[in-house]
Amino acid sequence: MIRRRLFAIALVCAAVLALAFLLLPLVAIFLRVPPGDLAAQLGSDVAVDAILVTLKTTLISQALILLVGTPAAYLIASRNFRGRALVITLVELPLVLPPAVAGIALLAAFGRLGLLGGTFDALGVTVSFTQTAVVLAVTYVASPFYLRLAIASFEALDRTLLDASRTLGAGPARTFVRIALPLASRGLAAGAALSLARGIGEFGATIMFAGSLQGVTQTVSLAIYAQLDLEFDVALALGAVLVLVSAAILLLVKLIPAWTRSTSTSLSPFARFGSS
Amino acid sequence: MDTLDLDIALTLRSFRLELALRVGRETFALVGPSGAGKTSVLRLVAGLVRPERGRIALDGSVLFDASVGIDRPPEERRVGFVFQEYALFPHMSVEQNVGYAGGTNVPEVLERFHIAPLAKARPAELSGGERQRVGLARALARDPGVLLLDEPMSALDTHTRAGVRAELKSILDRLELPVLLVTHDFQDAAVLADRVGVLVDGRLLQVGTPAELVAAPRDPFVGSFTGANILSGRARPGPDGLTAVSVADGSVLYSVDRAEGLVHVAVYPWEVSIAREAPDDSALNHVRAPITSLVRVGNRARIQVGALVAEVTTASVERLDLEEGEVVVASFKAAATRLVTRNPS
Repeated sequence: MIRRRLFAIALVCAAVLALAFLLLPLVAIFLRVPPGDLAAQLGSDVAVDAILVTLKTTLISQALILLVGTPAAYLIASRNFRGRALVITLVELPLVLPPAVAGIALLAAFGRLGLLGGTFDALGVTVSFTQTAVVLAVTYVASPFYLRLAIASFEALDRTLLDASRTLGAGPARTFVRIALPLASRGLAAGAALSLARGIGEFGATIMFAGSLQGVTQTVSLAIYAQLDLEFDVALALGAVLVLVSAAILLLVKLIPAWTRSTSTSLSPFARFGSS
Repeated sequence: MDTLDLDIALTLRSFRLELALRVGRETFALVGPSGAGKTSVLRLVAGLVRPERGRIALDGSVLFDASVGIDRPPEERRVGFVFQEYALFPHMSVEQNVGYAGGTNVPEVLERFHIAPLAKARPAELSGGERQRVGLARALARDPGVLLLDEPMSALDTHTRAGVRAELKSILDRLELPVLLVTHDFQDAAVLADRVGVLVDGRLLQVGTPAELVAAPRDPFVGSFTGANILSGRARPGPDGLTAVSVADGSVLYSVDRAEGLVHVAVYPWEVSIAREAPDDSALNHVRAPITSLVRVGNRARIQVGALVAEVTTASVERLDLEEGEVVVASFKAAATRLVTRNPS
C-alpha cells in the first residue's frame, strides 16, 4: 500500500517539476519588471526598429513561402516520380540542420565570395548583411516546416475528388484552386503557423548571414541578444512580446481543427484504392 | 449518333485489360468480380487513365487514338462520371456541387432530380439515396455525351438499396444517352441494364441481355455469377434423348441440353423445390441430403442442400417445418438445367 502511494507521489512530483521548470523562465520575464515599465521599454528606438524589421521580413518571407511552397508541395504530393522520397528527405534536411550551418551555407551560396556572389555583383546586388539576407535566412529555415505539412495535406486528399473535378470540365488549375486548396486548407494553415513561429524565432542563420544592424537586419530575436549587455529591460520587454506572439501562434494551431469544418466526405479515404 | 466506341488495351497489375465495345443509346452494364478491371474501363473512357493502345470515340469524335496520338484531357471529353460513393465535394453545398460544371440551369436540374429542397445542404448531411441523386445531377448538369456509373449501389445499405435502384432505373430509362455502368452485383445489372457484359480478368466473357445470360450462360463463371448453382460432372447420352450427367457425389442428373464429356450443370435456385420425400411429379432430378443452412430473406428462404441452393417461400418452410440438419430431397426438372462444357483441368 505504502509503496503504491509513494509511486503516485513520485509521479506527481515529476509532473510538477517538469511544468515548473518549463514555465518558470517565462513567468520570470513578466515578474522581474512591472508590466507598465515593460510596455514603456517597447517605445525605445531599438525595440521599435526591431519590431518593424521583424514584421517586414516575416511578412515577405511568409508570402514567399506560401506563394512558392504551395504549388511546389502540390506537385510533389500529386506526382509519382523516381526519387520522390529523396526529394521529400531533402526538403526536410534544413529542419535538422544546425542554424550555424544554415548561416554559413547561405553565405557560401549568396555571400559576396559565394557561389552566386559573382552573379549578384555583376547585377550590382549585394545580398549579405542586408534586409534581403534576413528574408533569405528566415525563408530558408522556416519553409521546410510549411512544405512538409503542405505535402502531407495534399497527399491526404481524396484523389477521386480531383478526378471528379476534371470530369466536370475543370482543368488542372481550376481543380487546384477550387478543390485541392480548400480541402487541404487545414493542413496548410497549420504548416503556415509553424513556419511563422520558426521564422520569428530565427536567430543563428540570420546573425551569420545578415548581421545585426539596428533598423536594417536586427530582428526582435537579434535585438534581445544585442540588448542583453546594454539595456536588460529592453531585452526583457522584447522577450515578453515574443512569448505572447508564440503563445498566440500555438493557440492558433490548436484551434485550427475547430475552425475548419470536417472535410471528410465519402466514406473511406481508401475508396480510391477500391475496385479497379 | 449517340454511341460510345471503344477498343482498348491496358496492362493492369495482374492481367491485361483488353476489350472492344460499342454502347448505343442504352444502358450497358459491365459486371464481374472485384479487381476484374471494370472501373479501369470507366476511367479510360473519362480520360483519367491512358490506354496503351486503342481508340475511344464518342458520337464519332475521337477522344483517344493511340495510332495518331490523340488523347483529350478529361475536362474536354463531355463525359458524365458518377463515382463510387459519389465523390461529392464536401466543402460545397448541393447547389454548388451541381453548379460546379458550369451548367446553365442549375435550379431546373435540382428540380428534375428532386433535390431542390436540399440545395443548401452539405453532402455530409445527405442520405445515401440523396447523395446518389446529387451525384447524378452533377454528372448530367453539363449535358454529357455519355454517362458512366461506378458501382452506383455499393455505398447504400441493404434497406435503401431496392428503392434507390428503382429510382435510378427510372432516371436511366428517361436518359437518351449511352450509359456505361459497372457493378459486381448481377441483380443490379439485371434490373438497370439493357445489355450486360461479364468482365473477368480484363476480358469480356459474354455479352447479352440479362435474360440471355441467365438462360444460356456460355461459361461456368457467367452461370455462377448470375446466381445459378453449378455442379461439375461427366455427361453421356441418356434415355429418352436426355443427357445423363454423373456428378461428384455419385448421383446422376438429367438434362435436356445435349453434351458429352466434362460439363458444368447450371440450375437456378428458384427452379429447385424441396420436399421431405422424393415427389412423384415431372421432376427427374432428385438430390437427397441434409440441410446445411437455411437463411430467410424477406418472404423467401435460401436452403443449402448438399451442393445445391434452393430458393423457396418462407411459407413452404413453415408448412414443411424445415430445419437445419434435416435430410430432405431437392428436386428440379431436366428442362430447368443448362449444360456448359468445360475443358479438362
